[in-house]
Amino acid sequence: MTPPSHTPAFRPENPRALFLAFTTLALQGFGGVLAVVQRELVERRRWMTNEEFIEDWAVAQVMPGPNVVNLAVMMGDRYFGVRGALAALAGMLAAPTVLLLIAATVYAHFADHPAMAGALRGMGAVAAGLIGGMAIKLGTALLQHPLGWPTAGALALLTTLAIAGLRIPLPWVLLVLGGAACALSWHRLGRP
Amino acid sequence: MTAMALDWSSWLHLLGYYLALSLMAVGGAISTAPDMHRILVAEHGWISDPQFGASIALAQAAPGPNVLFIALLGWNVGLNAAAQAGSSAAATWAWALMGAAVCMLGIMLPSTTLTLLATRWAHRNRQRRSVRAFRQGMAPIVVGLVCATAWVLGRAHGVAATDWPLWLLSVVCGLLVWRTRLHLLWLLAAGALLGAVGWV
Repeated sequence: MTPPSHTPAFRPENPRALFLAFTTLALQGFGGVLAVVQRELVERRRWMTNEEFIEDWAVAQVMPGPNVVNLAVMMGDRYFGVRGALAALAGMLAAPTVLLLIAATVYAHFADHPAMAGALRGMGAVAAGLIGGMAIKLGTALLQHPLGWPTAGALALLTTLAIAGLRIPLPWVLLVLGGAACALSWHRLGRP
Repeated sequence: MTAMALDWSSWLHLLGYYLALSLMAVGGAISTAPDMHRILVAEHGWISDPQFGASIALAQAAPGPNVLFIALLGWNVGLNAAAQAGSSAAATWAWALMGAAVCMLGIMLPSTTLTLLATRWAHRNRQRRSVRAFRQGMAPIVVGLVCATAWVLGRAHGVAATDWPLWLLSVVCGLLVWRTRLHLLWLLAAGALLGAVGWV
């Protein structure tokens, strides 16, 4: 067994810590949790490296089901088995669900207020920026990619264009571009 | 369309529908929203069209994973069923909670179980060339998908010529996230404030 190239500096002490970490990050995740997961687990707590995060995200993305939920299950399981998976999952869902149901109950009273609509619009713009900033950070990890950065960068660019530009359904993109990328890597790994 | 009262077979039907949908939700739960609309609103009338739209919008705006819109859909199904049956306040809450629980359990159970098994298999076999090739090969694709998400979210702002303050806000936030360790909640609060006073 070879050790991974970048070993994370820390790990959660117990499932409770895992639960609290996921609760904290889920409560920050307005308009999606992805950017916050990277910030909290990779940069702040250092439970995983950027490379590990990308690899886990790839698996979470191709598996069916909500992606961030899959990610929580995978990370929890890695540290404490099924107990950890349940702790991470509960952390991700419990507090936000309670908040959301409360929000839904009071929403009707303020839905027509222009300031409310404006605040939601502003937060939407920030959410887009957060994901964009994270994309840049994750993109820098491709500089060390085994296929070489020009090839890795071209694959990333093609994926962006296919999904956001051409609106090709995700399964096709994963099959064609993902398949090609995996085949190239497979070929690369075969060389000494 | 008015909501119909739900009997036990309807609840089982709802659970079964989400159990099956769970395994089809490749690319996230939101990709299956059109199908949920077909079943919940058009076919069975369990919730109304405005309830469906508000559920998605609220879950997107609130903290937490966006999949929680499914809990909100179930919550509304329960509320409608209770209203139809003329339930007391306490019973209404109970039905609404049950609706949320049934839908979330359904959408989560199959996919998380599958993910757990697949991840463990991949971890045991991580030295295999095929597993290593998958992990390496998918990295650029993942980066591309994140870029695409940012693009799609940003495009929701509208036309750049008229809505440039929103675009500017997004770009500034992206740069701040990239170059600084500023807490994300400060950025969100600033965005909410700028929006509330009408600057963006």
